[in-house]
Amino acid sequence: MPIDWINGLIGGTIIGTAAAMYLLMSGKIMGASGILGGVIDGTHKKPGNENLTFLIGLIVFPAFFNFLGLLSSLGTAETYLSKNFILVIIAGLLVGAGTRLAGGCTSGHGVCGISRLSVRGILATFIYILFGVLTVFIFKHYTGLN
Amino acid sequence: MQKIIALISGGLFGIGLYISQMTNTRKVQGWLDIFGDWDPTLTFVMGGAVVPMFFAWKIINKRKKTFTGCEVPPQRNRKNNLPLIIGSVLFGIGWGLAGLCPGPAIASLSFGGSYGVIFLIAMISGMFFISKVLKI
Repeated sequence: MPIDWINGLIGGTIIGTAAAMYLLMSGKIMGASGILGGVIDGTHKKPGNENLTFLIGLIVFPAFFNFLGLLSSLGTAETYLSKNFILVIIAGLLVGAGTRLAGGCTSGHGVCGISRLSVRGILATFIYILFGVLTVFIFKHYTGLN
Repeated sequence: MQKIIALISGGLFGIGLYISQMTNTRKVQGWLDIFGDWDPTLTFVMGGAVVPMFFAWKIINKRKKTFTGCEVPPQRNRKNNLPLIIGSVLFGIGWGLAGLCPGPAIASLSFGGSYGVIFLIAMISGMFFISKVLKI
């Protein structure tokens, strides 16, 4: 099995453990778009809401891991995000508006919804994967835009 | 206590995304590229993540409160699926274009460079537009 697949399985299990911990302890669904969205629309100001703390962990822990990689032979991470300014803006707007409208993203509808056997979560996941596949197909194979 | 749980959950989520390389847009777009040189990594990530959560749901559904005494998530029965469908279509297109979804976009802030920040600002603007301008 290629090392990337094993790392995927390990990383995925850590993601699932994080989501399980958040659910079993705080009773909340670990969805990145919902947690960020709550901070944006101000609902995180309710007492007992720790969306902001969650986001700090989500930013700081990978930063620390990346710093360890810098010090060791493991190396640092690279996102390889497109350098096409217009494409990055359009993609960002679509991801932000789409996940807010749909009420979830890959973590909320994907990880948490599928494991709950939620029809809405499974339907959402099916649709965004389908349109992600179609978009990559059209852009990679027809326009060559990167 | 809830602060510590949120910090560790967020942190583990970020480390999981980092280790599984889901912050690498090429891995994500490679997984979506089923008609090209398909990269199966995301399948293993999703599989690994769903298993602990499957058991977590089984446990929480039998309880009235969480292990720290919080409310359990309510069973919502939303009838209107139109925003879900339209939103997922838009998200899917954006996901395919950039190879980033909200979790990795936030987790890669420290190493994603200036374009990562631009993506994040655009993403936040998109969220703001839906919840504050359209008020959906």
